[in-house]
Amino acid sequence: MASITMKDLVKAYGDVEVLHHVEGEIEDGELIVIVGPSGCGKSTLLRMVAGLETITSGEISIGDKVVNNLEPADRDIAMVFQNYALYPHMSVRENMAYGLKIRKISKDEIDQRVREAADILEIGQYLDRKPRQLSGGQRQRVAMGRAIVRNPQVFLFDEPLSNLDAKLRVQMRLEIRKLQQRLGVTSIYVTHDQVEAMTLGDRLMVLNGGYVEQFGTPIELYDRPATLFVAGFIGSPSMNFLPATATNGLLTLGNGASVTGANHANGAITLGIRPEHLVHDENGPIKISVQMFEQLGANTLMHGVLDGTDNDIVASMPGHVTAGEGSVMSFSVEASNLHVFDATSGKRIEE
Amino acid sequence: MIENRPILNMVSHAVLIFGVIIVALPIWITFVAATHDPVRMTQAPIPMLPGGYFWENFKQTLFGGGLSGTESAPVWRMLLNSLMMALMISFGKIAISLLSAFAIVYFKFPFRMGFFWLIFITLMLPVEVRILPTFEVVADLGMLNSYWGLSIPLIASATATFMFRQVFLTIPDEMLESARIDGAGPLRFFWDILIPLSRTNIAALFVILFIYGWNQYLWPLLITTETDMTTIVMSIKQMLEAAEQSPQWNIIMMTALLAMIPPVFVVVAMQRLFVQGLTETDK
Amino acid sequence: MLKRVHFPTSLLPYLLVAPQVIITLVFFVWPASQAVYQSFLIEDAFGISTEFVWFENFSYLASDEQYLGTFGRTIFFSVCVAVLSMSAALLLAGFADRIVRGATTYRTLLIWPYAVAPVLAGALWVFMFNPTLGIFPYILEFVGIDWNHYLNGSHAMMLVIFAAAWKQIAYNFLFYLAAMQSIPRSLIEAAAIDGAGPVRRFWDHIFPLVSPTTFFLLVINAVYAFFDTFGIIHAVTQGGPANATTILVYKVYNDGFVGLDLGGSAAQSVILMVLVIAMTVVQFRYVERKVEY
Repeated sequence: MASITMKDLVKAYGDVEVLHHVEGEIEDGELIVIVGPSGCGKSTLLRMVAGLETITSGEISIGDKVVNNLEPADRDIAMVFQNYALYPHMSVRENMAYGLKIRKISKDEIDQRVREAADILEIGQYLDRKPRQLSGGQRQRVAMGRAIVRNPQVFLFDEPLSNLDAKLRVQMRLEIRKLQQRLGVTSIYVTHDQVEAMTLGDRLMVLNGGYVEQFGTPIELYDRPATLFVAGFIGSPSMNFLPATATNGLLTLGNGASVTGANHANGAITLGIRPEHLVHDENGPIKISVQMFEQLGANTLMHGVLDGTDNDIVASMPGHVTAGEGSVMSFSVEASNLHVFDATSGKRIEE
Repeated sequence: MIENRPILNMVSHAVLIFGVIIVALPIWITFVAATHDPVRMTQAPIPMLPGGYFWENFKQTLFGGGLSGTESAPVWRMLLNSLMMALMISFGKIAISLLSAFAIVYFKFPFRMGFFWLIFITLMLPVEVRILPTFEVVADLGMLNSYWGLSIPLIASATATFMFRQVFLTIPDEMLESARIDGAGPLRFFWDILIPLSRTNIAALFVILFIYGWNQYLWPLLITTETDMTTIVMSIKQMLEAAEQSPQWNIIMMTALLAMIPPVFVVVAMQRLFVQGLTETDK
Repeated sequence: MLKRVHFPTSLLPYLLVAPQVIITLVFFVWPASQAVYQSFLIEDAFGISTEFVWFENFSYLASDEQYLGTFGRTIFFSVCVAVLSMSAALLLAGFADRIVRGATTYRTLLIWPYAVAPVLAGALWVFMFNPTLGIFPYILEFVGIDWNHYLNGSHAMMLVIFAAAWKQIAYNFLFYLAAMQSIPRSLIEAAAIDGAGPVRRFWDHIFPLVSPTTFFLLVINAVYAFFDTFGIIHAVTQGGPANATTILVYKVYNDGFVGLDLGGSAAQSVILMVLVIAMTVVQFRYVERKVEY
């Protein structure tokens, strides 16, 4: 078990810098999710920790050892790949045993460890099958089994669930979480799926264009997104953004209506409101011209524009709402649920 | 798809059967000629149905001196020579191509592209067009009349290297990454992962190369002067020449039959691998 | 080349490429450069004195009636072999592709001539057309043709073309059948729903769709006819009668090993190398284009 420290990490291909001065401290036993859109550098970062990519500058340590120049095999890590990377010509047992065999661990111990890992993952009856004879979910388990048997200091997951169907993904997500908690192994998990990130991670590192936008617990990210990017990326349906002008905390929207925020910002800002925080209120200040409803069963998504402007806005309303298309409805928002961002830098303006 | 065209179906089969007959006719005539006695084979028209001398001819060809009145090695010896040459060429080509493709795909080293192009040019130079200087090299190295001389100059093969390069490139990168995390070094990875994963490609290539090696003609013709080293394929030519004096077509055709049975057997028995090998190496 | 990850550089990759590189240098590059060097030399018949003559060997070839005749003959031979074997293969593959059951059986029965060595193919055909014994001259006599390829140049040429084309049908058939079977079923079904009958479908859809294969086979067959048919010529006609079947490769061999004209033979080798390189480049262009689909 070990902590991981990333200090001022830079990755560049030739002149093109793809990761810019990444900092992060991962505590022993923690599960960190690196999340971001495709091309943001999250896989590169993970692969740098694994030793599969070289480090341009900066430092990575696992435990208290700097691992910059160590080969992957010497870093005491295990990795689960997106396509599982199971050796197709070896049985499940051989796949799991391969790393141990290379490390010249005795046959008895290999057998015992494979058996244990297989029990944990409930794949004991498939040990003699070849990967192609397994379903997607089973292959996923074997890939994890291969990581577990090694008993490493760190688990690295590279979008391990993206090849599974939606239902299986939810189930495997829970299993990975349970397994990680049970084994207590420090883990880094890369995904582009924000729901997966929210449910799995002790903390999330949001990457965008090679920059760390925010690094914090899921609730921090939801309640207090540090940037417009994080605000839009975390939460579903995503946050509404309305251009507004602030005068000492009073926020005036595009149609002249105003709401009172919880801070004392001034000037051009972007106001963020989550759809679930818009509350239907006859006397509310926010008037929305309704275009259509989307029925989700438990709740209803109302799509419209801020009345008098063309700012799209979505509100999530409890229960079934069907009538009112074409009409104007009024909403209010609690001051603590208003997110104020600097219009130019996109940074959160703190209360 | 429902298609009720019985006449077209019949025509299809008729054309195909006609095609098969055209393709098979030379072999049939060869086989028939190999089953008659020498006297019958001097009378025109030659028979179209098999006679009863197959085993006699077989024994005389394989263990006798072959054609009477000529100095040549027994046919079994020629078959052995052909087999040795075909196997050495196949295994040699596969081995050196696997190694160099592995180096070119999985390592980054100075002059890599230089080596790549050096190998590439061999693709462009069939042995026929540089036959004389190659002969001189082999003669200078003292490899005339040896299995080494028969096989090594034909071993360098750009096609096989290209094919393995192609195969290796389709193996996901994660395979290497995973192996490295598991602690496998280059040679271990080569042996434990790459070779097993390219098994069918190796087998397919073997089928093609075996036929290529077995059927070599001009090269063995030039570099073997001792009768002990003649291959079965090149012996046919000598027999044809002898036939102009004393036609013993039954023996000649039996020898031809023996010369084509091994490669034909390989093609028919391993048809799937053969088709795969052919389409992979040439495309 | 395109791998994202590599093993760290060490001495190992050099050791791995060494065998192939050494063999290539010793048996390919060195002889080829020797051929180029010798093509600039004229050596007297006893090998005592050699003279460096620049392009004299080439200019001699360019004005040599016999060589130019051989060149034309080689092209004629190659075209005949390619057209004959490719059209037969296309026809057979077209019918085999239609047949739902039995296609594999036909394939098995049609592909094995590939495994027959060219010189054996020559021996088989020379036996079938043996003027005194062969079955075909016997039949041809009934229609008044007196077949003798030992004396008649056209007969000899026809015979080597038949033998060469016969051996190559298998190869062409395989590639055509594979190309046809890889045409999406739905395309042919759409044509059928549009009302195209089997023959129309073949000409309007299948034949155009396998045209990349046709082009590829043209190059392959040309290379085959240029270089791999040495055995057939050597066994059947020895280039005769009166050089009627001498093709370029045969002439290189004959002038070099029999006539001992090293410079002339080397110059011919160099010309052949240029031809092969040109054909290989064409073939690679094709492969690249195909990859882009």
